[in-house]
Amino acid sequence: MRKSAWRIGAAIALISAGITGCGASPAGTAGDAASVAGGADTIKVGLLHSLSGTMAISEVTVRDAEMLAVEEINAAGGVLGKKLVPVVEDGASDWPTFAEKATKLIARDRVATVFGGWTSASRKAMLPVFEKRKALLWYPVQYEGLESSPNIFYTGATTNQQIVPALDYLKEQGKKSVFLVGSDYVFPRTANKIIKAYAAANGMKVLGEEYTPLGHTEYGTLVNKVVQARPDAVFNTLNGDSNVAFFKQLKSAGVTAKDMPVMSVSVAEEEVKGIGVDNIAGHLVAWNYYQTTKNAANDKFVAAFKARYGADRVTSDPMEAGYNAVYLWAEAVKKAGSTDVEAVKKAAGGIALDRPEGQVTIDGDNQHMFKTARIGEVEPDGQIKEVWNSGKPIKPDPYLRTYSWAGGLV
Amino acid sequence: MTATTPQTPATPATAPRFAAPPPAPPWWARLGGPAAFTAVALLALVAAPLLLEPFRLNLLAKYLCYAIVGLGIGLAWGQGGMLVIGQGVFFGLGGYAMGMYLKLHEAGGDLPDFMVWSGVERLPALWAPFASPAFSLVFAVAGPMALAGLLGTLVFRRRVRGAYFAILTQALAAATVILLVGRQGLTGGTNGLTNFFELFGQDLAADGTQRGLYLVVAVVLGVLYLGARQLLRSRFGRLLIAVRDGEDRVRFLGYDPATVKTLTFAVSAGMAGLAGALFVPVVGIISPALLGVVPSLELVVAVAVGGRFSLAGAILGAVVMGQARTTFSEQFADGWLYLQGALFIVVMTLAPRGLAGLAGTAREMWSSRRARA
Amino acid sequence: MGAVINQLPIGLSIAAVLLLIALGLTFTFGQMGVINMAHGEFIMAGAYTAYLLQDWAGRQAVPVALPVAFVVAGLMGLVLERTLIRRFYGRPLDTLLLTWGVSLLLQQLARDLFGAPNVQVRAPEFLEGGLGVLPYNRLFIMALAAGGVLAIWIYLNRTAQGRRMQAVMQNRQLAAVMGIDTGRVDMRTFFIGSGLAGVAGVALTLVGPVGPALGTYYIVDAFLVVVAGGLGALRGAVAAALALGLLNSYAEFWTDASLAKVVVFAAVIAFLQVRPRGLFVLRSRALT
Repeated sequence: MRKSAWRIGAAIALISAGITGCGASPAGTAGDAASVAGGADTIKVGLLHSLSGTMAISEVTVRDAEMLAVEEINAAGGVLGKKLVPVVEDGASDWPTFAEKATKLIARDRVATVFGGWTSASRKAMLPVFEKRKALLWYPVQYEGLESSPNIFYTGATTNQQIVPALDYLKEQGKKSVFLVGSDYVFPRTANKIIKAYAAANGMKVLGEEYTPLGHTEYGTLVNKVVQARPDAVFNTLNGDSNVAFFKQLKSAGVTAKDMPVMSVSVAEEEVKGIGVDNIAGHLVAWNYYQTTKNAANDKFVAAFKARYGADRVTSDPMEAGYNAVYLWAEAVKKAGSTDVEAVKKAAGGIALDRPEGQVTIDGDNQHMFKTARIGEVEPDGQIKEVWNSGKPIKPDPYLRTYSWAGGLV
Repeated sequence: MTATTPQTPATPATAPRFAAPPPAPPWWARLGGPAAFTAVALLALVAAPLLLEPFRLNLLAKYLCYAIVGLGIGLAWGQGGMLVIGQGVFFGLGGYAMGMYLKLHEAGGDLPDFMVWSGVERLPALWAPFASPAFSLVFAVAGPMALAGLLGTLVFRRRVRGAYFAILTQALAAATVILLVGRQGLTGGTNGLTNFFELFGQDLAADGTQRGLYLVVAVVLGVLYLGARQLLRSRFGRLLIAVRDGEDRVRFLGYDPATVKTLTFAVSAGMAGLAGALFVPVVGIISPALLGVVPSLELVVAVAVGGRFSLAGAILGAVVMGQARTTFSEQFADGWLYLQGALFIVVMTLAPRGLAGLAGTAREMWSSRRARA
Repeated sequence: MGAVINQLPIGLSIAAVLLLIALGLTFTFGQMGVINMAHGEFIMAGAYTAYLLQDWAGRQAVPVALPVAFVVAGLMGLVLERTLIRRFYGRPLDTLLLTWGVSLLLQQLARDLFGAPNVQVRAPEFLEGGLGVLPYNRLFIMALAAGGVLAIWIYLNRTAQGRRMQAVMQNRQLAAVMGIDTGRVDMRTFFIGSGLAGVAGVALTLVGPVGPALGTYYIVDAFLVVVAGGLGALRGAVAAALALGLLNSYAEFWTDASLAKVVVFAAVIAFLQVRPRGLFVLRSRALT
């Protein structure tokens, strides 16, 4: 047995090396062929989202919206007369996998650009890949700001287009004290830092700040703390499944939206369904887009999305931002006359399109978007009704440099 | 405690327990082992870097890092009977040690970027020693070994074993992840540590650096493999297998099984730590998600698929499963979970000795047929 | 000070959730030595049973689903035992890995059948509201856990089947020699253990999310309860669930949720130093 172990091991290692080698060579040729084809009548674009694992629940919907945009653009004749060919990869809710797949899309598939990511962690993992390889990523989700990579376009809101307007709204409503509840990761912690600075400057009291691990489902203690503190409002940056447990347990503790509204920044139409409308109706959310946003572009988007994916599907802010990203990139390519990354970046600044959320303009300086902030209230039918908006698109300010109270933050 | 029947010795039920000693192998068979090892080594060290494109070579380097962890799992589980489902913790400890060094180097005297976002104003004392690459590398191995030694001493002395030990290592993984995520200013939170550009003055994105890293990983794996084989052939190795097959008997003979198990556990943790330290420059990130229960279990699965009773099988499993995962997720993402689950059930049910076991069985069948002829 | 007192019922209700989940595990893990990682997915199956029953039971789905989920999850457990686990007796570590594979399959299956997003299970009207800080739905879960413990106790000690089960658990060979069909007893054990997971799943729809990952949120904590309580000891599970539930709630109250989990883990390790086999151990002269 001992002697044979050598040979078995060796034989098997040989086989495995063979597999790896084989896995490499055919794919390698495909990659080369593709780069040639890229020069011909198609343009490859990468879609990189988690299709499996914990984040799939959210990211698949964004992938669907991006796919819809690609199909629509192709139906209208493509970009520069060429059809877009989407290359879909799975980030598997695992940050190193995002980096690996991004490398693959850029180095092997030679895609013109990548649309992808959801969590900050996945973006941070991909960022060095895009910077080192001088490629382009379109990131479609609202995030914590404090970043402006020359190789990323951010089509979701930064903090001054979501968190700050939400605080303005609460202040306007006469809320004098808040309790901060969040999942334990970068976005909630950064958001809460901003909220505390804002509160200090605006005479608001922060009565508590609590974090729970991602996927936490036991909120009895936290609800108890909130109830004891008696804040005017709760600012909620919980993520994913935790929201379901939090709202269910908040409601069964007898807290209603009337006496203590919860302002959520990570709960959209899709999540409302899982939480249960009973449990969240009347509470507030802050985004840039709702399915109910009124304009022609949105009517078209919602109709097209439902026609493509089913009448029971809903559209949400990150989906819309992903859908926009494809159109904005296509517009920049048209303007640049090429898919070259530098040319596209140069052409992108100042592009303005009428999108489902209203007008969106690319800020050439920091590659974020001018976006309109909208506060919504969850309706008993599961839709979100807009109760306030910023009137006009807000200039993105990822480092909050134009806000005097935020001076000590960066 | 009769509720759990004693864990059957890992010798597969099919193999006769008291087999006659095999006939001495002919001279060429004795050469077969080293020759095969040399062939694999040549393939890995010469052929792969020449033939594979940089992207694939980098992936292979990543799988080989997992293979180093797999080797440790093979040692602890296959040979020592300790099912470790928390190897991710040790892997992560090594990875963070390396990541902290790279991060400090990147920052060049300033605070690392994530600390700035997290509102940390002075470099935490915990980070200070990691400015030294030598300390970081030593810690990457010694840290996990010390932690495993401590846990092992606590647990094995009290004769906690089998399923209890497995569950405890699993809970350790879960607790560590929560702790890492919760101390964002110190650890980078869920994001982990990323955004490294340089290792010892070499550009990490350059193909040449990556090729060099690959060679380092491959050589380390080879050396550890040979070391583990030597260990198993030593008196200690025999004792380890004896502990696996009958802990109480070993104790009655006057040995201390707890020490044997603790040492082995520490060695396997050290391997995982070293693998983590190599993984970081290869892949460019270390994050809590790599330490949790699921990645730890996936590594155990890989070892089981390869063949837990053979060290080569453990390595093979890690490489094959890594490659299979990449291939499948490139083709159809959803299928991977089904395949992984199904593959695992099939292997555990039909081939508990894994691929290496299958190869062994095939060879036995062949030689027995030849003997009859 | 009111808040500190409020934590007591919260701790008890956490304990009740842990206990409901651990009850099933004491059967399969404790009595048969099977580490069933798919236990979490049986919980999920119970929750989805309640979801599906809403179509005709409406808001009464939760109470209606209790017996149905018991049978559904129990049958799933039965199938698992018959087809796979049967081959693994005496290899407890292997069952851990085997059932982990099963759990991956079931999770993906749930994702394909019901979709990745969480689904909604509406609580019945009579569970809305509450007594002070303690909502009725928490009381319901506590009552359910207490009822479960009582039912199992009666079953194990007052019925012939239950006594046979105990006999097999204490000494399989001897029980077989005495004419007990151990295979049958194993099936029954697995059916009941898995069925209890289904019941726990229905209860969890009242307080948590209902989605494919439901099982994974509770499984590690539940295993800790069984380990701390002692394999196969009903009173051990009850005591350990209470201790861990209260520890969890107070640790979270005085620190935060992340640290509370670490505290609980450290406490279990420390406790095993004192009692390596858990709180209550079946006395036996056998080795290992």
